[in-house]
Amino acid sequence: MTKTQTVEPLVAPDVLERVLAKGRSTGADFSEIYIEDKRSTSAGLDDGKVEQVTSGRDRGAGIRVVSGETTGFAHTSDLSERGLLAAAQAAALAAKQGDGGVHKVQLGDVLRHSVNTVKLSPDVVEKSRKVELLKRVDAAARAVNASIVQVSAGYGDSRKRILIANSNGVFSADEQVRTLLRVSVVATGDGGMQTGYDSLGHTIGFEMFDENDVEELAIRAAKQAVTKLSARPAPSGAMPVVIKRGSGGVLFHEACGHGLEADLVGKSASVYRGKMGELVASPLVTLVDDGTMTAEWGAIGIDDEGHPSQRNTLIKDGVLTDYMWDYLRARKEGRAQSGNGRRQSYQHLPMVRMTNTFVLNGKEDPDDIVRDTKQGVYIAKLGGGQVDTASGDFVFGMAEAYLIENGEITEPLRESNLIGNGPEVLKDIDLLGNDFAMGNPGTCGKDGQGVPVGDGQPTLRVRSLTIGGTAA
Amino acid sequence: MSVGVPELQSLADSVVEQAKPGEHIEAYVSRGGETSVRVYEGELEHFVSAQSEGVGIRIIKDGRTGFAYAGTLEPSAIAEVLAEARDNIQFGTVDQWAGLAEPDGVAQIPQKFWDEELANYPTDKKIEITKELEKLTLAADSRVRAEQSNYEDGWAETAVSTTTGIRESGRGNSCYVSVATLADDGDEAQTGFGFSVGDSPKEFDLKKAAREAADRATRLLGATKPASKSVTIILDPYVTSQFVSILSSALNGENLAKGRSLFADRLNEQVADPRFTLVDDPTNELAYTATDIDGEGLAARRNILIENGVLKKFVHSSYSARRMNTKSTGNATRGGFSGGPGVGCLAMQVQPGNKTQAELIAAIDDGVLIQDVSGMHSGVNTISGDFSTGASGIVIKNGTLGAPIREFTIASTLQKMLLNILDLGNDIDWLPMRAVGLSLVISDVMMSGS
Repeated sequence: MTKTQTVEPLVAPDVLERVLAKGRSTGADFSEIYIEDKRSTSAGLDDGKVEQVTSGRDRGAGIRVVSGETTGFAHTSDLSERGLLAAAQAAALAAKQGDGGVHKVQLGDVLRHSVNTVKLSPDVVEKSRKVELLKRVDAAARAVNASIVQVSAGYGDSRKRILIANSNGVFSADEQVRTLLRVSVVATGDGGMQTGYDSLGHTIGFEMFDENDVEELAIRAAKQAVTKLSARPAPSGAMPVVIKRGSGGVLFHEACGHGLEADLVGKSASVYRGKMGELVASPLVTLVDDGTMTAEWGAIGIDDEGHPSQRNTLIKDGVLTDYMWDYLRARKEGRAQSGNGRRQSYQHLPMVRMTNTFVLNGKEDPDDIVRDTKQGVYIAKLGGGQVDTASGDFVFGMAEAYLIENGEITEPLRESNLIGNGPEVLKDIDLLGNDFAMGNPGTCGKDGQGVPVGDGQPTLRVRSLTIGGTAA
Repeated sequence: MSVGVPELQSLADSVVEQAKPGEHIEAYVSRGGETSVRVYEGELEHFVSAQSEGVGIRIIKDGRTGFAYAGTLEPSAIAEVLAEARDNIQFGTVDQWAGLAEPDGVAQIPQKFWDEELANYPTDKKIEITKELEKLTLAADSRVRAEQSNYEDGWAETAVSTTTGIRESGRGNSCYVSVATLADDGDEAQTGFGFSVGDSPKEFDLKKAAREAADRATRLLGATKPASKSVTIILDPYVTSQFVSILSSALNGENLAKGRSLFADRLNEQVADPRFTLVDDPTNELAYTATDIDGEGLAARRNILIENGVLKKFVHSSYSARRMNTKSTGNATRGGFSGGPGVGCLAMQVQPGNKTQAELIAAIDDGVLIQDVSGMHSGVNTISGDFSTGASGIVIKNGTLGAPIREFTIASTLQKMLLNILDLGNDIDWLPMRAVGLSLVISDVMMSGS
């Protein structure tokens, strides 16, 4: 006998069929069950000590019932048939529309669509090896410079099995593995304290550490903090900004990614509504959202509605070609889903979300982009961001940045936010490099839910962005 | 806590009773439920009804800590969690200060956390209220659209037991409504929001929520980008609440112990203008985050942190207190069963001034009323003190409100902003956040625009 644990559905198909039928018992036109079983391990090191290793188990089902424009949703951690039927009943009552009726649901074989290959599943790796990584990170960061006074490092992995079935006959499963390492460093000098941060995360197993040097990660974070000790206040006002490859994907995530989500567009809460086929960005820009991008943080075999992930071109040569779609929004428009229906856990309703969002390569040599910039700011690492999709105004932080003077990168700058307006900034991209790279793993928050996402871009220049510093 | 939950308490006790010689165990169990209603264009968009439960177990042995959790209270799962937590001990580093809280004799101050009327509130009425809020919002201003109108409520029961003699359990429920608005402005739209909180839905002020949501969106119509310059800003109460909240990290005793507080070595020194007094008081029932116990089960208490601008105290959990050779201030925080306790302020309150917002504005020659900020998480560093956020607001000229402005940033450092506090309003607003809101005037902030 071979071990079939990972192939067995989390709940038997005949039970799923009865639960889905129950969901439609109050006259709803759609019912769906999402089942999740997630095991996770995390470990934290701070102040030179491994403070705590944590093991977690999250398991449950979310049942969604749709009747016209109304969605009913209930979730439960009880995966017995009785527990699932009770949740289905609650969801069905929530979406009740007049008379019931008997609906039969039949499921075929489970669809499995994988985009990631896990060589070394984290749950077979000894915890001591995971803790060891943290100690290496701590030692490497502290060795960089005597000004390093504090190091905090975190390791996390998770293995999540999901199963989705709905009354339209969708029946899909996926196993999603994630491995993450992050490090924060504090350096101190005459002018006070400064911080550095870096992280590494992929949708693969522990083999991630064969392919990546954790010491290098620690050294990068430490150097970032040390460099900033001599930083001068960031300037204020609008000026050209060059963003290093792989560090500025969050710009597109905020400047247009969220605004291209069909749920926001559908409520006219996006500045990109009604712009299909129009030039919304510099012709240099081709923007893609791609859930199939192997091993990247936002890569998924299927989305959380059971739809296989896919590669979607959203902006082609500056022209808006598509929005991102989930089941409900696609159904309303009578079009196909795009594999962007995602949720944080079985306790959440799915909605339109990004996966890996990035800008394709241009033609410029990245060094030429800097040389071509007389006066401006060079951003080597961006922080998080935030957008108001309706006005298009967005901010993002610069965690590591330098002045550009006469075509050369010169002095480091203290942290600040940058602010811009999405449509204006997209049109203001005037130079695009040929050195594409993906960036750090991210968590995208929307309507109270966080999901893992990736982003990326080549080195590029925005003709004018407002730097939120204190220097005149 | 005001109402015990014997069933959960005995579940927590049963875990703790399994401690082996030399082990210290803390069991935290909770269960709860929520209802979420969303209305759009007069129709019910979604109705969520959900229940969840879970257990987190922390074990300390010989100075090493292990932790595990599961999102279920099934007996077999609890046994597995206990075994996992035990297994995790071996990987921790020996920490001489590791330990659980011990009862310290400080009495809890009783408060009301459970509302029977909310617990029995009919579902149909929740939907009705949500529809009514949308209707009122649309009626408040013809230029406004509603993106979503929401009703949310939740209840929770928790219990914590430890081998050191802590045994606490209780339950609470709460509810609020909120509405998000849009006002079209050419190709773009300006956004607003309004909300109302109450012990039960009958305390909601739907009209006020609708009015504020409409005003927030329309106030910014036609807003332009300002030129860069140094200005005096007055933070709207909602923004002040966010500003004050971020100070929690710098006043955190664990951050102090680990060299991550910008207030290190500043105790009893002037860190803010003498007009500024900051208290953490979760025993004040008016505070949205009021509580009677902290995340470790110790009584919550009133702590004066900054008095007349002088730094008086850092907040501590039992762990940070042991490290700093002091006593817990009852400031352990806990995000639920999936993690151990941390440290933080629980309900921050700034002592109000004696002027209305209008009077404060009248005293400003050249400034900006900051209505909203963005990017607090990306542009504010509580270790270095660098402060930079996106903002929108209204220009103040010679004491009068003028044109709306947006797409600019405000920047300074936290250290400097505290010292540059010019005045405080008397317009206390008990917002559903960790810190109270009031109008706050700060001078010499760099506004960056075109």
